[in-house]
Amino acid sequence: MSKKVLLSSKEINIILHRLACQLLESHLDFTDTVLIGIQPRGKFLADRLTKILCDEYGVKKIDLGYLDITFYRDDFRRGDKTLEATKTKIDFLVEDKKVVLIDDVLYTGRSIRAALTAIQSFGRPSEIELLTLIDRRFSRHLPIQPNYRGRQVDAINNEKVQVMWEENDGKDVIYLINK
Amino acid sequence: MSELSVNHLLGIKYLKEEDIQLIFETADHFKEVINRSIKKVPSLRDINIANIFFENSTRTKLSFELAEKRLSADVINFSAGQSSVKKGETLIDTVNNILSMKVDMVVMRHPNPGAGIFLAKHVKAAIINAGDGAHEHPTQALLDSFSIREKFGDVAGKNVVIVGDILHSRVALSNIFALKLLGANVKVCGPKTLIPKHIESLGVEMETNLRKALNWCDVANMLRIQNERLDISYFPTTREYTQQFGVNKTLLNSLDKEIVIMHPGPINRGVEITSDVADSKQSIILNQVENGVAIRMAVIYLLASKIK
Repeated sequence: MSKKVLLSSKEINIILHRLACQLLESHLDFTDTVLIGIQPRGKFLADRLTKILCDEYGVKKIDLGYLDITFYRDDFRRGDKTLEATKTKIDFLVEDKKVVLIDDVLYTGRSIRAALTAIQSFGRPSEIELLTLIDRRFSRHLPIQPNYRGRQVDAINNEKVQVMWEENDGKDVIYLINK
Repeated sequence: MSELSVNHLLGIKYLKEEDIQLIFETADHFKEVINRSIKKVPSLRDINIANIFFENSTRTKLSFELAEKRLSADVINFSAGQSSVKKGETLIDTVNNILSMKVDMVVMRHPNPGAGIFLAKHVKAAIINAGDGAHEHPTQALLDSFSIREKFGDVAGKNVVIVGDILHSRVALSNIFALKLLGANVKVCGPKTLIPKHIESLGVEMETNLRKALNWCDVANMLRIQNERLDISYFPTTREYTQQFGVNKTLLNSLDKEIVIMHPGPINRGVEITSDVADSKQSIILNQVENGVAIRMAVIYLLASKIK
């Protein structure tokens, strides 16, 4: 197993700021926009972006939620293990809002497909966009593309992209692991 | 742990503590789901479930059906009253006929203790026991403990008294197993005639004085007198039972502390508890019903994920 650094802490920080600015450009003051982090790993990215937008770019209020997609996945009973859920926390309605789904890695697109179904339980959004830190292009099983992407990666199927966050894993770093 | 250690839910007796914790954690997520504006998830789209009830039920049947539908399973219902059982069909034949219509899971209530266990041995489907005679009613016990956990944060160390007809009650037996497994202290209280001999062997104490029992407990689970199962006279009159083992507001207010009142339903108002107790803020009876759907969703989801 080999492991190489794809993005360092400094590079991640620059990319996060760029993504925050792109969101700001499209959504201005975020009055009609909500950010939804896809559980479990999209939560950290959503938290970070919200913090940057509020602390550094003066956005007053952002509706931020976390969405668990376990019960909407298309691989129920197909793997060996029971799919374990994590917490959903969405304290607002997404009716007529612009929703930005946020996840760390976009791979097959199946999680996003599940998230698109799941979010409908909270209302009918006027628009849904997708933001992802790492886009593993050429690996898609579904016609899903991000609106905002941090970095495009040409990883092959037996490689794994691992995103680590300081608040959860001790440091910000992204690895490409060859299994 | 991410998987149940069993393939059927036949009784609490067959579960481990980790199984119950997994069911509770999963039910937490489903409780959030059923409080959304759209209360349905697509997980079980390709699962067919048969609800087979050989005995009457309102709450349990509705609760199971709602849980199944909220998981997007396909549901067929069967009540013994209008069926070929009356024409002399055996249990295995009835169920195998239903299974040949490609059913993956069977939820069954039956008047004979052990009916679920018998079925699990002979047919190829996941079985959920929704009550088998005076034996077990596992989902009721799970939702009762889940409701205690919701109220107090934890079940371990809590004092729970089960009041009423312990002898004929499947709710009592399943509750005792679940509460003991989760580390609660359990007492049973009722007329001596309605408390089984050797009940201490299950690790519970007996108390025949209701006031003492209530003063000891954090939670009182009030059971119904099951007139349909009382073959002989176990106590002189209902009136006398109520005087000795019924909870009313005066008794509740005179206790040393505020206790929580539970009831598995259906309530005989004025017998085991009075209306003002059932509707008081100390009662969590309706929370139990709501939690019942979340618990049954969790059980069905976890068992269905083991069907290959």
